[in-house]
Amino acid sequence: MDVKEIIKPENQVYGKTELLTDNVMHYCPGCTHGVVHKLMAELIDEMGLQEKAIGVAPVGCAVFAYNYIDIDWQEAAHGRAPAVATGIVRINPEKFVFTYQGDGDLASIGAAEIIHACNRGENILVVFINNGIYGMTGGQMAPTTIERMVTSTTPCGRDTELNGYPLKMTDLVAQLPGTSYVTRQSAQSAPAVRKCKRALKKGIKNVLDKKGTSFVEVVSTCNSGWKMTPVKANEWMEENMFPFYPLGDMKDSEKDKPVSNN
Amino acid sequence: MGDLRLMKGNEVLAEAAIRCGCDGYFGYPITPQSEVMEMLMFREPWNETGMKVLQAESEVAAINMLYGAAATGKKVLTSSSSPGISLMAEGISYIAGAELPCLVINVQRGGPGLGTIQPSQADYSQAVKGGGHGDYKMIVLAPSSVQEMNDFVDLAFELAFKYRNPAMILTDGAIGQMMEKVELSDYKKRWTDEEVIEKWGSWATTGKPSSRERNVITSLELDSEKMEANNQRFQKKYRQMEAEEQRYETFQIEDAEYVLVAFGTSARVCQKSVEIAREKGLKVGLLRPISLFPFPKNIIGELAPKVKGFLSVEMNAGQMVEDIKLAVHEAGCTRRVEFFGRMGGIIPTPGEVVDALEQNFLKE
Repeated sequence: MDVKEIIKPENQVYGKTELLTDNVMHYCPGCTHGVVHKLMAELIDEMGLQEKAIGVAPVGCAVFAYNYIDIDWQEAAHGRAPAVATGIVRINPEKFVFTYQGDGDLASIGAAEIIHACNRGENILVVFINNGIYGMTGGQMAPTTIERMVTSTTPCGRDTELNGYPLKMTDLVAQLPGTSYVTRQSAQSAPAVRKCKRALKKGIKNVLDKKGTSFVEVVSTCNSGWKMTPVKANEWMEENMFPFYPLGDMKDSEKDKPVSNN
Repeated sequence: MGDLRLMKGNEVLAEAAIRCGCDGYFGYPITPQSEVMEMLMFREPWNETGMKVLQAESEVAAINMLYGAAATGKKVLTSSSSPGISLMAEGISYIAGAELPCLVINVQRGGPGLGTIQPSQADYSQAVKGGGHGDYKMIVLAPSSVQEMNDFVDLAFELAFKYRNPAMILTDGAIGQMMEKVELSDYKKRWTDEEVIEKWGSWATTGKPSSRERNVITSLELDSEKMEANNQRFQKKYRQMEAEEQRYETFQIEDAEYVLVAFGTSARVCQKSVEIAREKGLKVGLLRPISLFPFPKNIIGELAPKVKGFLSVEMNAGQMVEDIKLAVHEAGCTRRVEFFGRMGGIIPTPGEVVDALEQNFLKE
């Protein structure tokens, strides 16, 4: 079989969505951002949402998200993406609006904005990349940095007496009546990526059905910030992050709804 | 005569926003301007014109909601008072950097810090020099009556969209709380997405159709050459504003030997001061800047050679006086420019202003 035969459309089992641009990503090899970007691009494409979608990019490594997914984007100030998304969706309720935020952005400087957006039940999807570190600024402690984890501002490991405790933002927003779907996923293996895509799709569907805020955390690696190889970073995440940030749905208003007697 | 009412300045801001076809308001309560949002919530414009109103969790959130909504090409505003405007300064800088139209209203109170809830003009420099980080300017309009609170809402939006730039109405607690006769504007329809594109271009984030490239609203540009080019574009816009948008009003200026320069509430006081001074036989007039940026420096340049001096009357420690001095200097003149002001929420009396004029110019 020659090459032409192999690349015939009917033989193709996988293709890159056109919504993922050809720009070379600035992410480090092994970073989770690239995978989640691809999933969002695929879903927006598969669900025919390009003309409805408005993404809100954060400050952090994903600040350039707008270079990679071919939709309208707005770049928010650090932590303010949920407020920006609120402004967009309140005035334009028919659009599909999502924020894409890291842990420093969402759980530290933007803690107020995310809590209140979720509590109001803003009809948006929040994609929360949690790698427990500030990647863009060079590996400082994040609010989600786990105990004893070494970062550039916790060189001896996170000491809770000095730095307080890691913040489980996803557990927190699951308590709020405005959220309809809250889940914690990962993207380090093929099955995990497939599960993560299903979760994101459910979040998008909920937004289209105007169910309130959907919140998808992706426990992620930052192998550069963690100073590990991509493979080692995945192992470290599974061993150290997953026990503290267990994966799975925390809230699904569809499933959790009491069964009707009628 | 149109729709004539007796209304508070703050309430008129809300009414004018509804009537001029505004799409949304985001705000956070702060004295002395909370009536703006109270009036909007009472009026429920979402049932009437479709305008949305939301009480945000903070001024920081409010300005960022405004940033998001403005990016979609909609006519949106917020209002606050001095400490709240400081919190919004970061967001205003982003809006200016991303070149978005919107309206920010500052009903000033005395500072610094928590200061007082009484009227003040101490945010003049913050408003006209930018206020947040980076080189940017807002279009700043200063009403001196409840009628102008009505009129300037529509005008501010026109200018904001014309220049794709944030506009500010800089007023104070006195005009915000004052009740006066006002002729309300007629209702204007809210623009559709298509009308915005036709009138102002297709820069907004409305969802990407196949017919155009994706729109990215951002103030970020890491390439220094490109960032400098962006700044040069902004500066060109600000120079165009200076050339085309200087607004002011004069009162008894024709034969004046001394000119009081005052805006907003202090201009109302100074009008009375002119009358008192004229009764005393002093040839005094009033120049009232309406646009604070662009500052009406051309008229000051014209007046400078004809008069003996200027007295800037402000409710602060002397901020606009610097711009008057610059305008006189730029006109190649050496006229004296003096200052009189009260601070801390005190409104000067007309008599005080006349005393200050005599003290500065007529007593040796």
